[in-house]
Amino acid sequence: MRKAIKVEDAAAMIPDGARIMFGGFMAVGTPERLFDALIARGAKGLVVIGNDTARPGHGVGKLIDAGCVAKAIVSHIGTNPVTQKKMIAGEMEVELVPQGTLAERIRAAGAGLGGVLTPTGIGTVVAEGKQVVTVDGKDFLLEPPIRADFALLHAHEADYHGNLTYRLTAANFNPVIALSAETVIAEPNEIVPVGVIPPDAVRTPGVLVDHLVERRR
Amino acid sequence: MDPKELIARRVAQELRDGMLVNLGIGLPTMVSRYVPDGMLVAFQSENGIVGFGARPPDGMEDPNLTDAGGGFISALPGAFAFDSSMSFALIRGGHLDMTVLGGLQVCAGGRLANWMVPGKLVPGMGGAMDLVSGARRVVVAMQHVARGDSKIVPDLTLPPTSARRVSLIVTDLATIEPTEDGLVLRERAPGVSVDEVVAQTAATLRIEGDVPEMRIAV
Repeated sequence: MRKAIKVEDAAAMIPDGARIMFGGFMAVGTPERLFDALIARGAKGLVVIGNDTARPGHGVGKLIDAGCVAKAIVSHIGTNPVTQKKMIAGEMEVELVPQGTLAERIRAAGAGLGGVLTPTGIGTVVAEGKQVVTVDGKDFLLEPPIRADFALLHAHEADYHGNLTYRLTAANFNPVIALSAETVIAEPNEIVPVGVIPPDAVRTPGVLVDHLVERRR
Repeated sequence: MDPKELIARRVAQELRDGMLVNLGIGLPTMVSRYVPDGMLVAFQSENGIVGFGARPPDGMEDPNLTDAGGGFISALPGAFAFDSSMSFALIRGGHLDMTVLGGLQVCAGGRLANWMVPGKLVPGMGGAMDLVSGARRVVVAMQHVARGDSKIVPDLTLPPTSARRVSLIVTDLATIEPTEDGLVLRERAPGVSVDEVVAQTAATLRIEGDVPEMRIAV
């Protein structure tokens, strides 16, 4: 059993320069209040790891607008002209990773695996400098795990054990990042009493979640 | 007919009952409008749903139900939602019957470039590299010519999306099948001659006998 914390207190735990994984796909299922609190405390030099940089003014795009981000490790920046501008101006670094590879590299870190073998990226710039491993006559890239200091999740419901549920396409990267960061902070829409979420409905087990952010008041 | 509509209608002829299909953003998305009557095709959106439908009426959108471009969608009966890891297991693991993607270039060897133009446009590959590497069939849906330049070229001048040879190219002028022996011209668009297709194609096309007119749903 744990107490929910204020969003400002959650943001205060995250130091400048921290590596942060975030849930969200085009800012759907993304921890907007945690981002707002990081901006309010003037966070700097963050490395953000997630699917995309959304759009200016939305989701992680707000952190980029506010100059909080030194580097983004993402699969897509095409919908955010601010990311592109800052990247070209050298104000921000961008590392592009194929979407499925990103999910599995993150999962590998949290699943105790030394990396993943994937056919994705063979014969492209993604393969540069990476080891190719042949299994049963087929070539795969050896992709290393990705870890982070913090994972910032958005969930639909949480209970006070930290068990989480998601809705529809708002799950995306949230379940996988819960595995692979030192400290996992979840921002749920609702917090319900323990026992209200049936065991089979739990998508992220509470044992992975370190802190719950209070619901919006 | 509008060239994009023509391409979408022709690609729809590749659909088969019971298929799991992923459509890219833009032109490929239009293919879902032309599913033949009575055919059940499940569409995947890689952000985490199989079995999605059209955008709901105004006021009935769900902020937790969107496609990979962030646009509102609906869920059809039997739809299921999942996370990104499962989504790409479906894509890479041989479970996705077909993907339809836009293209910037396809070369004589059938390789696709569709994710960046160095120095100009760096959107990122998103899920495209996984889709091209993993789907059972890869259909490229694109205009034949862009700003006067053929998009079907002897060699890619843009960074490739995958080493894999795509299955079919559908353009507003032709249907072309990349094979081990090169690009084979399978069909020409309505009212377009073989000579016109050849003239608009920078890569060499193989022509095997009569080239029929494209089959499209109307």
